[in-house]
Amino acid sequence: MSGQTITEQPGPPTPVASQSKIVVSGLDAFYGNVQVLHGISMDILEHQVTALIGPSGCGKSTFLRCLNRMNDLIPGARVSGNVLLSGLDIYARGVDAVEVRKRVGMVFQKSNPFPKSIFDNVAYGLRLAGVRNRSALEERVEESLKDAALWDEVKDRLNQSALDLSGGQQQRVCIARALAVKPEVVLMDEPASALDPGATTKIEELIHDLRSHYTIVIVTHNMQQAARVADFTAYFYLGKLVEMGPTRQIFTNPENKHTEDYITGRFG
Amino acid sequence: MEAKIDKAPPKAPEPPSRRPDYSGLIMTSLCRGATFLVGGVLVLLLFHIARHGAGVVSWDFLTKAPVEGMTAGGIFPAIFGTLAITILMIVLALPLGAFAGIYLVEYAGGGLLARLIRAAVNNLAGVPSIVFGLFGVGFFVLFVGRNIDRGLGPAGRSAIEQALGTGGGAAETGILFGQPIMLWAAATLACLVLPIIIVTTEEALSAVPQSHRDASLALGATRWQTVRDVVLPQARAGILTGAILSVSRGAGETAPILFTGCAYFLPRLPVAELFGVIPMVNPLDQFMELSYHIFILATQSTDSQATLPLQYGTTLVLVALTFMLNLTGILLRFVFRRRLARLS
Amino acid sequence: MKIDVPGKVEGARIGVVAPLGMAAPRASARPAPAASGADLRLRGGRRLRERAIELFLLANGSAAVLIIGLIFVFLFKEGLAAFRDIQPIQFIGGQENTPTYDPELDTFTETRQFALVWQPVSDSPKYSLLPLLNGSLLVALPATLISTVIGLLVGIYLAELARARVRELAKPAIELLAGIPTVIIGFIMLTVVASLVQSITHSHFRLNAFVGALGVSLVIIPVVASLTEDALRAVPEPLRLASYGLGATRWQTVSRVVVPAAVSGITAAGILGFGRALGETMIVLMATGNAALITGNILSSVRTMTATIAAELGAVARGSEQYHALFFVGATLFTITFMFNLTAEVIVARMRRRLRM
Repeated sequence: MSGQTITEQPGPPTPVASQSKIVVSGLDAFYGNVQVLHGISMDILEHQVTALIGPSGCGKSTFLRCLNRMNDLIPGARVSGNVLLSGLDIYARGVDAVEVRKRVGMVFQKSNPFPKSIFDNVAYGLRLAGVRNRSALEERVEESLKDAALWDEVKDRLNQSALDLSGGQQQRVCIARALAVKPEVVLMDEPASALDPGATTKIEELIHDLRSHYTIVIVTHNMQQAARVADFTAYFYLGKLVEMGPTRQIFTNPENKHTEDYITGRFG
Repeated sequence: MEAKIDKAPPKAPEPPSRRPDYSGLIMTSLCRGATFLVGGVLVLLLFHIARHGAGVVSWDFLTKAPVEGMTAGGIFPAIFGTLAITILMIVLALPLGAFAGIYLVEYAGGGLLARLIRAAVNNLAGVPSIVFGLFGVGFFVLFVGRNIDRGLGPAGRSAIEQALGTGGGAAETGILFGQPIMLWAAATLACLVLPIIIVTTEEALSAVPQSHRDASLALGATRWQTVRDVVLPQARAGILTGAILSVSRGAGETAPILFTGCAYFLPRLPVAELFGVIPMVNPLDQFMELSYHIFILATQSTDSQATLPLQYGTTLVLVALTFMLNLTGILLRFVFRRRLARLS
Repeated sequence: MKIDVPGKVEGARIGVVAPLGMAAPRASARPAPAASGADLRLRGGRRLRERAIELFLLANGSAAVLIIGLIFVFLFKEGLAAFRDIQPIQFIGGQENTPTYDPELDTFTETRQFALVWQPVSDSPKYSLLPLLNGSLLVALPATLISTVIGLLVGIYLAELARARVRELAKPAIELLAGIPTVIIGFIMLTVVASLVQSITHSHFRLNAFVGALGVSLVIIPVVASLTEDALRAVPEPLRLASYGLGATRWQTVSRVVVPAAVSGITAAGILGFGRALGETMIVLMATGNAALITGNILSSVRTMTATIAAELGAVARGSEQYHALFFVGATLFTITFMFNLTAEVIVARMRRRLRM
């Protein structure tokens, strides 16, 4: 692991003909009369990490929230266009947003564990789904905490309040909580922005490992993070998708001048 | 032409000196004085009541019934009645008010309906207590009560009386529900305290951080599941505080119960035995109550000098009761607000 | 593993660093997430239950609206029924034979006069509301005056001047005062304060409007103080800072900046206090003497609208003239306090909108 120089990238293995997990076409989003997303079309591939980057206010968080219909909760919010999850339009008539959210999980910027025990936090989604059997719950909780790289640290104090943990640990509880329901896609809205570098590194390692079982979409304002973590990167600006492609290509050879300007820090 | 310099050169400006702000000091003292005056009145009041009532309050006083035309004995029935009525009141008002508060905060948003409900709550809070009394008589006793009686018919009425084990002969008189009884007094009081419960519930719910709701919804919970499993557990303390404050308010109000069920002297307690087995409070009976007792003793007793000790004694008990409840409610609210400030 | 980095090695510029978890992805035998094949997006049963719960909660929410509506309806239904038997003019006054003494002739002559009297229980019942209104105002106005002045001072003290420690003690104390049952305040007024006042003022009536007003003030002061404090605390901090920055003292800031900014809230507090004073029942019932007179003398015995209802409702027969008249008094009272509450609310709403800069 040591001895790698700065010019080498630990890129992902060449994707094996990944399928599209989420296909977005012509997505417009409005808050009242203000249009915040303009005609977004993109494919999010399965088992890949896709990063959304761009300056503040460019719509990337809004876009993320459209993928699990959390945007519905904002009064006055409206979308048009298609978002296909495994081929099914989540905005079709009759679709229950609650069901969508069971398949597309979310981790928030500021960790928000419930004021309950660690165990109850992670088990929350499972209990919602009707899992009552204690041993089944324990098994799934352990599994999720292991996936979130937190098991060893908390396995002896599952019944303690989640609020007693450090910031980074709390965020990993939230990740475990989201993973427990086995979603197909995990959305992360700047998951490490409120954390110190050590905790951030842990989260980034986690994301890398989760890739094999989940599809991940991560919003980040930290370009280095995107470069470290993501297989694909999409650059947003003022509600439009400017460019999207394999991370390496975006950061080393962007097609769009605007993208290049942002990457090289000329603005934003 | 030279301008004639006939003015003396301007003096250097004096450094501003800070003379003491006399008017400010006076006004501040006035404000402080007013506050301590009010506080002093409170202390004086309580002291006075305690001094005159302490001698009267004894174990016997609290546990025995009044005798000799209210000039001696105890006030146990009034204590019992007060507890009974406030419990019945809270049973009626708490679920209704809490669910209303939940609706307002978690479901209604800022729409027209929410504004209408809030306006109604505000107005309800401003209704004079005697108007509640009128409402209790005109609506509960005479409208609802009489209609229930009519609907039950003689058979229904005597059936209920049988079940309760009270032989009131309501089958013949035709009046069981259509008269002043505890049930209607409790309902009237419930209307009065409903705004308190709704407002404290709203406060308690709003204090729960929105991020918790977001996290729950993002995990695929429905709105009700989120409320039930995430929001309510955190808001419980606040709602409880509202309940305690309402009980205190209900115990102290007299006007709403003047004509809806209260009595000055009853030979027996308002109890019954359901099916002859389960002892319970009988909501279809009249009851004695502390604040009503004080009112009658003070204004209508035949020998007010002789009953004066009882007046003070009863007053002391009522003050102690409401005081303790209020204090608990205020303390709880303080603790609960502090705890939530730490969380968010 | 050497990877070719083509073209611009800008990777270095961005500081693409170090390896993350270079170990192969954890090889656990965990099953992949559930296949998304079976799509039951629309869960009928659950949606129905959610809707039912929402409707249930809505019903509870509407209870308050229902109750206030019912109060309105019943009050006016029974109150307006009074007009079946009573002429509207009678609520102002009625014709009565009053004996007037003519000193020159040394005789009593019966003259028919328009008398403003409330006397429902008599051969010719009279239902003039004017003595009752007089009584209510004669108690409520002085009470509001006293309470607004003192309440304002207390509110200013609590919001702006008091040290935190003092405030934490004083505020609950004021709230506890508000929590004392009004019947007890009435009792104390009746038993102790009335005699005290009489020994000072040598008034003819021991129980009079002034004693009542004192008692009512005790109840209203906490209301005004608390609302004033809220109004003052709602004034944004930057305003105070600006004033201090210009060299003003604390009192100058309070009196010239904060209080003027909160003036609508304070006015609303006063209006609400007045409404509350009008609606107070037990204190006036016990301490004002209950003589239905029209007078401007604050040391006279008076009877308020509230006391009238409380005193007479127990003795009326349902459906009788007096019964409906009492409901009419109640309806009038309700309307008046409703108007005052509404005004106060409008003022507060306007103030909130303005302060939301």
